[in-house]
Amino acid sequence: MTLVTPTVLKIAKPCHLPLALCHVEAGFPSPADDYMEGALDLNEHVIKHPSATYFVRASGDSMIGAGIFNGDLLIVDRSLEASSGKVVIAEVDGQLTVKRLLKLNDGFSLQSENSSYPPIELQEGNEVVVWGVVTHVIHDLL
Amino acid sequence: MKIFALVDCNNFYASCERVFDPSLKERAIVILSNNDGCIVARSNEAKSLGIPMGIPVFKQKAVIKKHNVAVFSSNYQLYGDMSKRVMDSLGLFTPDMEVYSIDEAFLRLDYLQPRNLYEYCKTIREKVLQWTGIPVSIGIGPTKVLAKIANHVAKKQTDVGVFDIRCQQKQDNILKPLDVDKIWGIARGWSERLNSMGIYKASELRDASPPIIRKHLSVVGERILRELKGQSCIDLEAIQPKKNIMSSKSFGKPLTKKEPIEEALSNYAACACEKLRKQNSRAQAVHVFVQTNGFRETERQYNNAITHTLTIPTSDTRIIIEAAKFCLSMIYKHGYRYKKTGIMLLDLIPASLKQKQLFVNFDHNPGDDLMNIVDRVNKEQGPNTLFFGAQGVNREWKMRCGLRSPRYTTQWDELLMVR
Repeated sequence: MTLVTPTVLKIAKPCHLPLALCHVEAGFPSPADDYMEGALDLNEHVIKHPSATYFVRASGDSMIGAGIFNGDLLIVDRSLEASSGKVVIAEVDGQLTVKRLLKLNDGFSLQSENSSYPPIELQEGNEVVVWGVVTHVIHDLL
Repeated sequence: MKIFALVDCNNFYASCERVFDPSLKERAIVILSNNDGCIVARSNEAKSLGIPMGIPVFKQKAVIKKHNVAVFSSNYQLYGDMSKRVMDSLGLFTPDMEVYSIDEAFLRLDYLQPRNLYEYCKTIREKVLQWTGIPVSIGIGPTKVLAKIANHVAKKQTDVGVFDIRCQQKQDNILKPLDVDKIWGIARGWSERLNSMGIYKASELRDASPPIIRKHLSVVGERILRELKGQSCIDLEAIQPKKNIMSSKSFGKPLTKKEPIEEALSNYAACACEKLRKQNSRAQAVHVFVQTNGFRETERQYNNAITHTLTIPTSDTRIIIEAAKFCLSMIYKHGYRYKKTGIMLLDLIPASLKQKQLFVNFDHNPGDDLMNIVDRVNKEQGPNTLFFGAQGVNREWKMRCGLRSPRYTTQWDELLMVR
């Protein structure tokens, strides 16, 4: 039998931000009050499978083309199937590395997104162990 | 018929370390107890090297060096978080589950009636491995005792990792050579008693007369016998609030002065109180002990303990710390090298239970609000964001955990780095 991966789960630490913000005008009730819809939870947006989701820190500049910079926070979901084109955390020589997974005719390649880094090609027979699929990058602008 | 599955994480602590460091994949790993004293967990490779469980790590120095064994301090933050991930994942497969320990859970699968239970458990195993990185073994049986035995078999079949013992033929084959002391629930004293009755193997216990076993091993022993027969007597248990809460650790180095001991004790007290409030209880008494190092035979030894009854049941850290310090002042003696202190909170009652006192009114305990705030801040901002003065700042008594891996999943500044 096949199992369906549950998609909606409670997040351990919700962070509630009000959806509609209005200034309080003295004397007049806000016309938006009747339309308040509760709160948006950023965790809910970026974490679909809490027990399978890990936060990982990117180091170096090999993935700047994919918008991943040194020190960025990566949201990694281990429950997703890795497929060609996805940015993944993969195991190479006992180290974990972030690269884009590409299907080649005769195997797989782990591509950097920076021309100064050559791709890591994995021929048939050489198995590539994917640790997880990167779903989001959190980049500080300050 | 009931169907139980026991899911057990393979070499859990070592597996947690491997999730975040694949270079450890085939390396022997040992994990040390609090204070880096003894070996408390081993990978399969370490077991094959003959490194025993529970012995002081310094006795294995040569083996560790020769075989390049990876040695870690206990990283309970990591193990606790990974355990929660495994249990949460299992909870998606069945609503009926008992978390039995940090790395084991019983599942009831009979309500689900999946067409092929064996395949279903293989899927559970694959999914838990994919989602968390932790390998598990699953034993399926008609009773908890048999599921536990099936799990031992599953552990040995590392390629599949699932074993179903529901068929009678398999039960006969496995119970026949199995020593009684390997059965879940049979204590050491009991296996000796059984041996003296001529019962050595699990199958012999299963086929023994229930009234005789009951006479020798009480109703608990009879229950195990019936469970071996396939009659389920032990169901999943709901988590009960603990009756006592204990917090105690060895110091990083021997302490002689009272102040640092008091500081350590205050920390353990704060930790115990946090657990107490988490389960919504109050303590009615406090028990404090001090110990010197019994292994150092040349040093003068002193061990003592004292119990102090609280006037009002409480979960207020300030009151408990005061009580603990008072207890310590009663038993502390100058001139010894202390190794350990600890506190136990006793006679716990639900926080909702309020006995009227003649002279004290505690319908509303103002301390509750303060403690709520402390707990909330520490939950949101990290442990020890708010702490009590008595807990000190320098903490020279702190445990050694020099070989701890990063707390990958619970600390922002210790996240896994990828290039």
